[in-house]
Amino acid sequence: MSATKGLPADAAIGGLAAPAATPAWQRVLLVLLGLGAAIAPLFVLESFQLFQLTMAVIMALAVLGLNIVTGYNGQISLGHGAFFAVGAYCTAILMSHWDWSFWATLPVSAVVCTALGWGVGFPALRLGGLYLALTTFSLAVAVPQILKHKAIEDWTGGVQGLFLVKPDAPAGIPLTADQWMYVVTVIVAGVCFFLVWNLIRSRIGRALMATRDHPTAAEAMGMDIADLKTKAFAVSALITGIAGSLSAVAIEFVAPDSFTFGVSITLFVGMVVGGVASILGSLFGGLFVLFVPNIAEAISKAAPGVIYGVILIAFLFLLPDGFAGLLRRIAARLRGRG
Amino acid sequence: MDGFAHQIIAGIATGGIYASVALAIVMIYQATHHVNFAQGEMATLSTFIAWSMVNAGMPYWVAFFGTILVSFIIGVLVERLLMRPVANAPVLTHVGVFIGLLLIVGNMTGWIFGYTTKVFPTPFTSDQPLFGGLVSAHELGSTAVTLTVLILVWAFFRFTKLGLAMRAAAYNPRSSRLVGIRVGWMLALGWGLAAAIGAVAGMMVAPVVFLDPTMMLGILLYAFAGALLGGIDNPMGAVLGGFAVGVLENLAGAYVVGTELKLTVALAIIIGVLVVRPSGLFGRVVFSRV
Repeated sequence: MSATKGLPADAAIGGLAAPAATPAWQRVLLVLLGLGAAIAPLFVLESFQLFQLTMAVIMALAVLGLNIVTGYNGQISLGHGAFFAVGAYCTAILMSHWDWSFWATLPVSAVVCTALGWGVGFPALRLGGLYLALTTFSLAVAVPQILKHKAIEDWTGGVQGLFLVKPDAPAGIPLTADQWMYVVTVIVAGVCFFLVWNLIRSRIGRALMATRDHPTAAEAMGMDIADLKTKAFAVSALITGIAGSLSAVAIEFVAPDSFTFGVSITLFVGMVVGGVASILGSLFGGLFVLFVPNIAEAISKAAPGVIYGVILIAFLFLLPDGFAGLLRRIAARLRGRG
Repeated sequence: MDGFAHQIIAGIATGGIYASVALAIVMIYQATHHVNFAQGEMATLSTFIAWSMVNAGMPYWVAFFGTILVSFIIGVLVERLLMRPVANAPVLTHVGVFIGLLLIVGNMTGWIFGYTTKVFPTPFTSDQPLFGGLVSAHELGSTAVTLTVLILVWAFFRFTKLGLAMRAAAYNPRSSRLVGIRVGWMLALGWGLAAAIGAVAGMMVAPVVFLDPTMMLGILLYAFAGALLGGIDNPMGAVLGGFAVGVLENLAGAYVVGTELKLTVALAIIIGVLVVRPSGLFGRVVFSRV
């Protein structure tokens, strides 16, 4: 099994016992700190910066979805942009054609994306590594074409796309629409992160990782690999789809050309840079994919893509377990000294 | 009926391009068990190099062979510099490097040469319409070039000692090393060859689709569909698959789904093959041992 050696997740599995050793007051402190960090931007940031942060959280959620299937289950998907797009379109269509409220669209988009994820995950069972990557890649490339197609133009708005309006804060809460959107995003993302965190640390999560690291052994232990893999795809699509729903409302616009295969690549880069098979890493990944292209564009207008590629390869060579792995190592060193 | 015949012939001509990219994919797969996602972008870069050479006043065929040489060197360098250090890393790392390569090469091409579409010359022209205007000179010529490349590659692997060594290195690296084959260099050679084949495909397709930095994206997918259809481990199958995909795509585009959904056809073929017959039409069925 030399092929899986050095996978960042080995460290994650090794670290499973660590949280139990953390004293309760430390965990409470961490949660409080996290809450504080989530609420503070409401009072500090300007409207546009808040929008950017909202998008970063949304991207983090999408990266988290990808991490379930690629990081934890080892099925490489380069097509998660497709689920992101479907989630966004579900919400946009329901909101603009039938005047649904945003909250009501979330379950629908979750169900649709889960079904689609299952549908993609099923043929994907036959594929290992690279083939799956290429198949999902072709899905990502085909998405804008499908969205533009005439047969569904009445619903999707064709090339023009659909406009929607951000929901206002409920009466009695003194927040602007942007601030409310941030709150909504943080709540939805927070719930998803918490659920995924629980899932990964459960029996199913361990089964997912076992399937990735040693399928034969996992099967011998009585795990239904095919079932696990398809379900991993479905859950992963669900999470990424919900991120898509949030993004449609946050941007107040969906169009086929915002869902090119670039989205899928962005999610993949975010996952690698943040940390493969790491929940915290997904958060870093979201921040990275939102803010680094802006910085890169400031350095050289022409080639943020080149910088993206260079950073991706540099991370794979130097820091294969991403930001999260770096933090983990620093923490381990500090603990060792203290 | 004439239209139908023309669709099929045009399909065969584009199929030839897919066949050569499919061959490049299968070659890399056979030599290294990798599928290079950046194959298309590397081929586009090669085509731009050829374009600059032609623009600098070189005769077409000098530029043609010069580009093949340069591309070969680029391919070898990529293997040596980028793939070799991560040779034993998990597949995810390989995919990551391919994606990185795709981003870098694709965007560099746009950066250096600009995003405006350019006209690429074809060496094949004719004054008279061929076969009653059914087929253009370029279609005929590019198909001939593709077939020549295919035969050369096949002969190389079948009859030369180096070709045998490359096959051996891919099939059983450890034993090959024991009999004195330099496995690492065989891999690099495989990458070089694939880059060179990709360059030929790029130069043949550029006069048809016009030259711009994203021209190969769709082609890579069709080629992959063709490679899968024929069987990813069978060069001859990949070639036939490539031709078949070309014809299918053209017919579907003309009569079934219209041109806007052409890429979706590739997706449908890929998923269809994987669901119905994952080893492809001519591929070996692989049993994994438990």
